[in-house]
Order: sequence, then C-alpha cells, then structure tokens
Amino acid sequence: MPETRTSDKTNDKISVTDLNAYYGNAHVLKNITVSFPGNAVSAVIGPSGCGKSTFIRTLNRMNDTIPGFRVSGQVTIDGEDIYAPGTDVVSLRKRVGMVFQRPNPFPMSIFDNVAYGPRLHGIRKRRELADIVEKSLQAAGLWDEVKDRLSYSALGLSGGQQQRLCIARCLAVEPEIILMDEPASALDPSATARLEDLIDSLKSWYTIIIVTHNMQQAARVSDLTAFFLNGELVEFGPTQRIFTRPSDRRTEDYITGRFG
Amino acid sequence: MGAERHRRLMRFWDAVATVVLWLSALVLLFILAWFITSVLRQGLPGLSWQFITGKPHPVSAGGGIGPPLFNTFYVTLLSLILALPFGMGAGIYLALYARPGRRVDALRLGVQALASVPSIVLGLFGMVVFSQAMGFGFSILSGSLALAILNLPLIVNVTEQSLRDLPATYRDASLALGATPHQTLVRVLLPAALPALVNGLTLAAGRAAGETAVLVYTAGVSTSGHLFDLNPFAPGGTLAVYLWGIKANPIVPDWQQIANRSAAVLLLVVLAINGLLLGPVRLWYRRFSGRGPH
Repeated sequence: MPETRTSDKTNDKISVTDLNAYYGNAHVLKNITVSFPGNAVSAVIGPSGCGKSTFIRTLNRMNDTIPGFRVSGQVTIDGEDIYAPGTDVVSLRKRVGMVFQRPNPFPMSIFDNVAYGPRLHGIRKRRELADIVEKSLQAAGLWDEVKDRLSYSALGLSGGQQQRLCIARCLAVEPEIILMDEPASALDPSATARLEDLIDSLKSWYTIIIVTHNMQQAARVSDLTAFFLNGELVEFGPTQRIFTRPSDRRTEDYITGRFG
Repeated sequence: MGAERHRRLMRFWDAVATVVLWLSALVLLFILAWFITSVLRQGLPGLSWQFITGKPHPVSAGGGIGPPLFNTFYVTLLSLILALPFGMGAGIYLALYARPGRRVDALRLGVQALASVPSIVLGLFGMVVFSQAMGFGFSILSGSLALAILNLPLIVNVTEQSLRDLPATYRDASLALGATPHQTLVRVLLPAALPALVNGLTLAAGRAAGETAVLVYTAGVSTSGHLFDLNPFAPGGTLAVYLWGIKANPIVPDWQQIANRSAAVLLLVVLAINGLLLGPVRLWYRRFSGRGPH
C-alpha cells in the first residue's frame, strides 16, 4: 500500500523518517515514517497515551524543554532537517506554530496577546502591529466579537473565544505549519463547531496537523488521517479511506469503538 | 431517618466551622487594629517635624530622630540593592532553569539553612566578617551587607514561588511563538509574577526597616549625627536600633516620649514602604493585564 506511507514527494511539507522518541527509558515513539502534504489538514488519532501529542511536539521541538527527552531519526520541513546540529529552534517555531489543548492566553489585553509574536520578532510600529492584530483576529473569526474591546483582558473571554484568540496569536507570526494538540477538548459543542469551521477555512494557506481523540472530528476536518497505537504509526492515508476501508485490523477496531 | 440525622449533624458542624474560621479572622484583624492604634495613640501626639528631622541629644531632653530615620531608609534600600540581584537570580534559576539534580538540591538546602539562622547569629557573623576582617567597621555598608544576607533566602523563596505559581502554559505558549527562554522570562513570566513578587519583597523591605539584632553589631548603634550622610562607611544606627538603645539605656530624661514617637514613626515608615512599593505595581499590572475582569 504505497499510499499509506507516502504521498507525492514534491508536495510533502513535512517528512518524518525512522523517528524514535524516549522519555528517559520509556520508548514512546517507534520508527515513525510518514509524510504530510502542504496546504491540507492531517489528523493524528489514537487512544490516550499512544504518543500522538509527543509526536506533534517533535515537529516544533517543544519536547526539547522536557528533561530526559531524546529523539533519533529525521524530521524535515521543506527538505531541511530540523534536528540537524545548529538548527535555530526559535526560527523553527516561528514557522511551525502551535495551539494547545487548553486555551492559554497570556494575562494581557487581547491586543497584546496577538501582538506578542510580532513584537518578539522585532515589529515595533503601532500601526503595523494594529494591522497584524486586525488581520489575525479576522482570520481567526474573532474580530467582530472583540474589535471594540481590544484593550480588555484576554482572560475575560469565553473558552471558545480564548482558543480562537490563541489561533490568532499563532497566525500573527505568519507560520507555514500549525500544530493543534486537541484544540477543542476544553470547548463546548458550539465552540467546537466554530473551531472546526475555522480550521477548514485556514487550510488553503496553512499546513495543519491536528491531534484529536474525537474520531468524528477527525473525519469532519481532515484530508488525511494517521492512526497511532502504543507509539507506533499503524496506518496513514486519506481520511475517507481510513474511516471506510481501513487496511489494518487495529485501525478498524479503534474507529468502530472496540477499544480506546 | 439515619441519613437525615447525618445530614443535620453535618450541617451543624459546617456552621460551627464557618463561625470558628470567621472568628479567627476577626481576632487577627482586632489584634492588628489594637496594635496600630495603641502605637499611634502613644506616639503621634507631640510628633513634630522638628522631632522627625532633628538630631538626637546625647544627654539632654528634646532630641530628634533625623539621622537614624534617614539611616533606616538608606540601609533598607542598600540591603535590597545588594540582595535583589542574587536572590532573584537564584529564585529564577530554581524556578525555571534548574534541572533536578544534586546541584539544585544543594542550593535549595543552602537557602533553607540560611533562612533558619537566627538573626543575632548573622549579626555576629557580619561583625566578624564585614566590620572586622574586611575593615568596614560599624557602618551603613556593614549593616546593609548583613541585612542582605538575612533577606537573601526570603527573596529567593518569594521569587521562586511567584514564578512557580504561574500556569505552566504561559511558558509553552511563549516558546511556541518563537520566543527565547529569556524573552519569555522578561515579557511574560516576570510581569505576570510581579504582583506576588513585590508583595513578598515588601516583607523583605519591612523586615530590613525594622530589624535590630543583625544591625547592632554591624551598623552600630550611633550615627554620624548629621543629616543625609550618604557615606556608606558612616556609622549606621537605624531607627529600630535607636529605639532599642534608648529603652535599654535610658539616659535622656524624655526617653519614654522619644521611644513612643520613634515606634509610631517606624510603624508609619513600614506602612509607607508597603504602600510605595505596592501602589505603583498594582497600577502598572492593571495596564499590563488589560481592562475588565480577569
């Protein structure tokens, strides 16, 4: 099944080859080889503890901050090995944004939250910042709700609004890839629906990898799906095929709810 | 029936607990109010500008507290300037940069050990090291150094705790946006921790302003006698030490009034330090955190 492991090489945004990851002695990712195409949404599904969060955190090297974490193998973005010695982690994370499980706005105003990234990267002019803030909030579908209270604390927003704010904050640094780690797990159904619409509208410009434990969500938002189990990649392919004709028995068992 | 009885009993004890906790809070407030009013009632009458800025008289009545009061501010400020860089640096290191291991355990043990040293022992240590071995004598500098050591553990602990109390998500969010650890510290973590940090630092400042045991053998009990003596090698008697000295050796005839007034001034100084530190920080934090509820 060539389609389960690779897609068209020229369109691959992220390529992972023989990736192994360890927390101390625990071997949490085993020989992962997979390629994600650009400008598409890829879902990573699997039961709790299967390594899916660890996996996407290897793509922006967020695991580097965890004591005892090690990786081997290769991860390339646009052909560049992001674990090569001398890689600038800061500029990597600028290209590869991340949205977390729980909305995590800073205890600052809405404006300052979105302007945080651009300011880090050297933009000082108020006009320019205001422009970026407006565009990012618009792209995140939050502008109309907050345009009159940009100077108010972000912590006063609802959970769903906070998560869209975090997406706006991420968009403001103009990433090419957005990693989402169960972004709807703390949201109610209507906020989740809005978030899913947003993900759909973002995929023409960004490469999105979303971890979810919600299979309906994976089916709704993604073009491709990767199924992880016990640190291994069991199967990867077009979402529709994974959900209708999985080629691995374990995938079928999982999506039909026999475990997980 | 049994269940209903149980519920009633639980409700009764809940009411008892509420009253007890409420009463303890009230007792605390009452003691504080009683303390403040009694100190101020005895000290405020007769408090004059002349007393606050005047020089102490060695034997006759009518002396003031100008130089020791000035020394209080000077020694407090200098000790904080000396202790803050190291104390905050170690606290930031322990909270954010240290990886668990023997070095960190040793540092933490050292900080806790230092925190449990009685202040009179630190005073004697300061006398031997700063006043004698280093030759600073009984001076503002010796006193400030000893006070800095006294306050160091408190500053380390307050800094570490105020940073640890922040949600871990702030750090992840900032790093994921491409911030360096240093940018994350300066732009998010320290500002977010500032109110708690300054709250703790006012404790350190208040303790510095009111400390005696550490200062008697390092800053000394006397002053140079003239006001605004900025020389760090001048004798560094502070108001708290002066208050202790005048009660221990009541030579001047009006020592009782001087003691009462000094106590009131000392209390006001400590309250003023709290207000001066906390007020601007609250205002600043409101601007940092944005308007409205949070």
